Amino acid sequence: MAAEETHHVAKTFMDHLPVLQVVIPLFAAPIIVFIGKRSLAWPIAFAASAAAFVISCILLIQVLDGGFISYHVGGWAPPLGIEYRIDAANALVLALISGIGTVVLPYAYESVKAEIPKKNHTLFYACFMLCFTGLLGMVATGDAFNVFVFLEISSLSTYVLVAQGANHNKRALTAAYDYLIMGTIGATFFIIGLAMLYMATGTLNMADLADRIADEGTNRTIRAAFAFIVVGMGLKVAIYPLHHWLPNAYTFAPSAVSVFLAATATKAAIYVLLRFMFSVFNPSFVFEEWTLYIVFIPFSLLAMFAASFVAVFQTNIKRMLAYSSIAQIGYMLLGIAMLNATGLSATLVHLVNHGVTKAALFMGVGAMMLYSGSAFFNNLNGLGRKMPLTGAAMVASGLSLIGVPGTAGFISKWVLVQAAFENGWWIIAIAIMLSSLLAVIYVWRMFEVLYLTAPDPQSTAKEAPLAMLVPMWVLAIACIWFGFDTELTLGSARVAADGLLAGSAGMAH
Amino acid sequence: MHHHHLILRVVTKMLVGAIMLFAFYVQFHGDFSPGGGFQAGVIMAVAFIIYGIVFGLDKAEQVFPPWLVHKLVALGVLLYAGVGVVSMLLGYNYLDYDAFSPHHPSHGQHWGILLVELGVGITVTGVMVAIYYAFAGRPPPMKDEDW
Repeated sequence: MAAEETHHVAKTFMDHLPVLQVVIPLFAAPIIVFIGKRSLAWPIAFAASAAAFVISCILLIQVLDGGFISYHVGGWAPPLGIEYRIDAANALVLALISGIGTVVLPYAYESVKAEIPKKNHTLFYACFMLCFTGLLGMVATGDAFNVFVFLEISSLSTYVLVAQGANHNKRALTAAYDYLIMGTIGATFFIIGLAMLYMATGTLNMADLADRIADEGTNRTIRAAFAFIVVGMGLKVAIYPLHHWLPNAYTFAPSAVSVFLAATATKAAIYVLLRFMFSVFNPSFVFEEWTLYIVFIPFSLLAMFAASFVAVFQTNIKRMLAYSSIAQIGYMLLGIAMLNATGLSATLVHLVNHGVTKAALFMGVGAMMLYSGSAFFNNLNGLGRKMPLTGAAMVASGLSLIGVPGTAGFISKWVLVQAAFENGWWIIAIAIMLSSLLAVIYVWRMFEVLYLTAPDPQSTAKEAPLAMLVPMWVLAIACIWFGFDTELTLGSARVAADGLLAGSAGMAH
Repeated sequence: MHHHHLILRVVTKMLVGAIMLFAFYVQFHGDFSPGGGFQAGVIMAVAFIIYGIVFGLDKAEQVFPPWLVHKLVALGVLLYAGVGVVSMLLGYNYLDYDAFSPHHPSHGQHWGILLVELGVGITVTGVMVAIYYAFAGRPPPMKDEDW
């Protein structure tokens, strides 16, 4: 033993990056509580998320050539130890999550002051950091059980964050409770699935699981595990019939939390679903193909139309955006169900594009709520004219939500339609375009309220504070930017899709 | 209050110390016998909770003030994560306990797990007591006399 240790090569900062981006926010959360000073909570949280963002960008650049980075926590080599494993697919999602976190925090500074009682601020930022840690962790890890642990860290802190909206509207409490019940059922199904996998294979490392399932073929236990994992994660993703928790949670959460959740929480869950469907289980298994064709396609079409249709009739703009999110999740699932590289890249690129778009929209609504007090359409009359910069950012991101050419939303829908044509599914391609028309209707309703109605003469609304405007515009500009320069988003999505489609071979050591 | 439950109060006073001692035993003997941070933390919290149940919440909060409970919750996690960070600074992987004694890795493992479990124990104690305070601190919907 001692002789071996003399060969130990000291690890450098660069070697630690995969774990550091999870550890830094994890460390920040207890520090915020331990110091317990309200004035220091925000700076610590912001520094931690900015550091995580920088690290995830470095990681993304390192894995863009299609390789992967493996980090052994505790020095125990996989499959025994916990492995953090970064490849193009999760590096992209990590960059999205940490990027959104970094942009949301400056915005949160003003909006939290307005919406949450002072005594809760310190713990709010600690919870935010825990949620951030959980989302990053479940994406970064290569260990199936570790996914569950981080999933619970992010979920539990999310329930608290959603409940913070109670100061504004008591219904936040029931929304958080609903989410708690549904989220716990989802997590339970997921862990039952994992237990079955462990029973069948005796391992929890994803790459090892993939090898063993590929070698030994499937049996009833593995098929049941697949079903449990898909349904469990499906609840967290809010796949159409399992979406019930989402509208209330997004509507009644504090603005900053709505922004963060809408852009990251379901996206991290979609990544986990992708990872299990393509890397751990092999898509070539007949049962998985059937699941995709018989379950995913009808439900994603249903989501695209039904949820968009419901969104059209909402009277609360946050609720409308929440239903629109469910519809957009339909597009992402449709991309998965195409089962080709183009479809998967459409899913991954839409994950990023929709995250950015929806975050910008929720930020706009949150800024308006500072003056209107609520997100009901009739309280927002004419606010686009009173708050020109906020309104313009919402128009830009609204266009991206529809998928107007020249915006990020167009790129993802374009790739999705391409994927449909590759499979010869022209009916589905038409369905994608038709459902975009529904998006035109609800986004138009938003424009109409913001610009074409007379503002309330007693309204004291003025332009949003700079700390809210800058993050909002960063995201709005990103909506346009990713519509023209697709090198970063679509480029890395394609690399990631190839890696995922290589199945268990893509997970080889 | 002080005139009631004489036996309960006397027995509780005798038990609290023993419960704490047992918590420490489970904590630090955990690597040789069943036990560890989670179990020890819960047992330690029980000592405070039983004191609170018998003598009243305000007395328990005098002994173990809520601000301290919250700090301990954070301190335990900091200790756990801090062990990992120190091992990183020493040039080893996150939470690689070999770092604490490169020439005798088994000693390093020993130290590492002891510290990490202590962190777990501190946090679990804090969380259990915090949950008890949160529930017990809720004002009752009606007073005992109103029944």
